[in-house]
Amino acid sequence: MSNGSAAAQTPRRRMAQDAGRLVGKATGPALNVLEEIGNTVTLMGQAFFWLFRRPFRWRQMLQSMEFIGVDSIPVILLVGLFVGAAFSLQTVSAFRMFSADAMVGSTVTLALCRELGPVLAAIMVTARVGSAMATELGSMRITEQIDALHTMAVNPVQYLVTPRIVASIIMVPLLNMVFVVVGVLGAYLVAVGVLGVDKGYFLSNIDWYVDIEDIVQGLVKASVFGLALSSIGCYQGFYAKGGARGVGLATTRAVVQACVSILVLDYFLTDVLFAVQG
Amino acid sequence: MVSLFRKRKVAQVPVRDERFQIQVRGLHKRFGDNEVLRGVDLDIERHQINIIIGGSGQGKSVLLKHLIGLIKPDQGQILVDGMDIVPLKDYQLNEVRRKFGMLFQYAALFDSLTVEENVAFPLVEHTKKSKAEVREIVRAKLDALGLHGTEKRFPSELSGGMRKRVGLARALVLEPDILMYDEPTTGLDPIATKNVDNMIAETAERLGVTSVVISHDMASTFRIGDRIAMLNEGTIVVVGTPAEIMHNDHPVLREFLTTSGVVGHR
Ligand SMILES: Nc1ncnc2c1ncn2[C@@H]1O[C@H](COP(=O)(O)OP(=O)(O)OP(=O)(O)O)[C@@H](O)[C@H]1O
Ligand SMILES: [Mg+2]
Repeated sequence: MSNGSAAAQTPRRRMAQDAGRLVGKATGPALNVLEEIGNTVTLMGQAFFWLFRRPFRWRQMLQSMEFIGVDSIPVILLVGLFVGAAFSLQTVSAFRMFSADAMVGSTVTLALCRELGPVLAAIMVTARVGSAMATELGSMRITEQIDALHTMAVNPVQYLVTPRIVASIIMVPLLNMVFVVVGVLGAYLVAVGVLGVDKGYFLSNIDWYVDIEDIVQGLVKASVFGLALSSIGCYQGFYAKGGARGVGLATTRAVVQACVSILVLDYFLTDVLFAVQG
Repeated sequence: MVSLFRKRKVAQVPVRDERFQIQVRGLHKRFGDNEVLRGVDLDIERHQINIIIGGSGQGKSVLLKHLIGLIKPDQGQILVDGMDIVPLKDYQLNEVRRKFGMLFQYAALFDSLTVEENVAFPLVEHTKKSKAEVREIVRAKLDALGLHGTEKRFPSELSGGMRKRVGLARALVLEPDILMYDEPTTGLDPIATKNVDNMIAETAERLGVTSVVISHDMASTFRIGDRIAMLNEGTIVVVGTPAEIMHNDHPVLREFLTTSGVVGHR
């Protein structure tokens, strides 16, 4: 008898558990995302708090700038050149259909300034630097180096996170500029050099249609992306746990989250910046 | 007889007592389901070598990290020179932490810095000494620990024992009031062990620092310890002088002593 009732109860209880788990599965990720964003923003806030406390970490700042900015130049040059070239190829063939190939220069330049430059530069930096931040801080966390900083009365956020975030905010816009310049060069080489678009039209149209606002829009986006990707990379590394495996997971999460954030932020920033700039 | 690790049944606010540099009362800490500390009461006596022994995974490292504010307890008090550090914010803790030097169980050296830069780190951060002075101090500390000529190497190029000694040099370099060592001699050969023991004893003697040492090594414990406490299943089960410990008949302690060969069987 008692056996029977227990057997009858078990499936029902299991069903309730399953339902609970399903609800958890459905809402859990959304809550986790919000929590993760909240935590990342909190770390970002701490990083700025410590930026204005003494001492100012010149050495860490310069090292970060070198690693994030200078060392990223080769890959930015390469990617920028080919993105500009490919985009030019596409645009020329499309614009030829209605004899508007004189507009190729300005179209490509505008797209590079406003969209492709900031987004692709930031994604390249994420791949190279955001991942490295997560790995480096993550291994410092699991080998207790971050605790060691604490015990030596050195704030690890100020020592490790602030320089990386500030350097990214400064360097990603500069890399974006490099990207745009070589991108336009790549477009020029293909359009004028290979496909025979008129050189004068290509250049004068750029001058005529591309305003300073377009460049500013790109720079603003790039610095926001720099802030996002470095905060995410640092957050994931700084709070990594669970040994080498944990560091690997943190790195993966950092790259995925940063790329998604860049693309989502891009939409909203475009919206806001168009509204602001009119 | 003054007992330096005094054990009390009830957690209460201790009256400030100048003999004790650190007083721990009713410390509780759990990680998820794992209840690691279950009401630790412990007094760390000033200018003495206080040794904490206990089995692997009993929470010795966790306890040590509480003393310097790296981990916040779920419950309890930690008084450092009479001030409760549990409610302090991180930036307030920095003041307290300058009293401490700590050697981590796995050394926790900065692997992006050379040995020299690692040992110099606290000096560069907290003193106004010139580069030449810093270099001189670092060299002296490294020489004293048998690490001559390793200045320019990176931690990844050192053996485990060498790394530990570099960590020791880094903990000692500011000559703090309180030195905490998490298993300073684990993984060292007998001669290096003896050297490190001497270094701990000599530092305690010469500078009058308060030492807190976690150890598995019973021979070292009895060689240098002034006071010994045993952590078992989340509480301090035995405290006393080496002589008192030797004759205590707590079963886990007995097993520790007999298996390590410090006292004979039967
Ligand atoms: N950050 C942490 N998160 C979760 N659990 C932890 C954490 N740190 C320690 N623990 C757990 O606390 C317990 C005590 O760990 P602790 O490192 O203090 O042991 P120990 O006494 O130092 O052992 P050993 O002599 O092997 O170093 C272990 O069960 C460990 O799994
Ligand atoms: Mg330990």
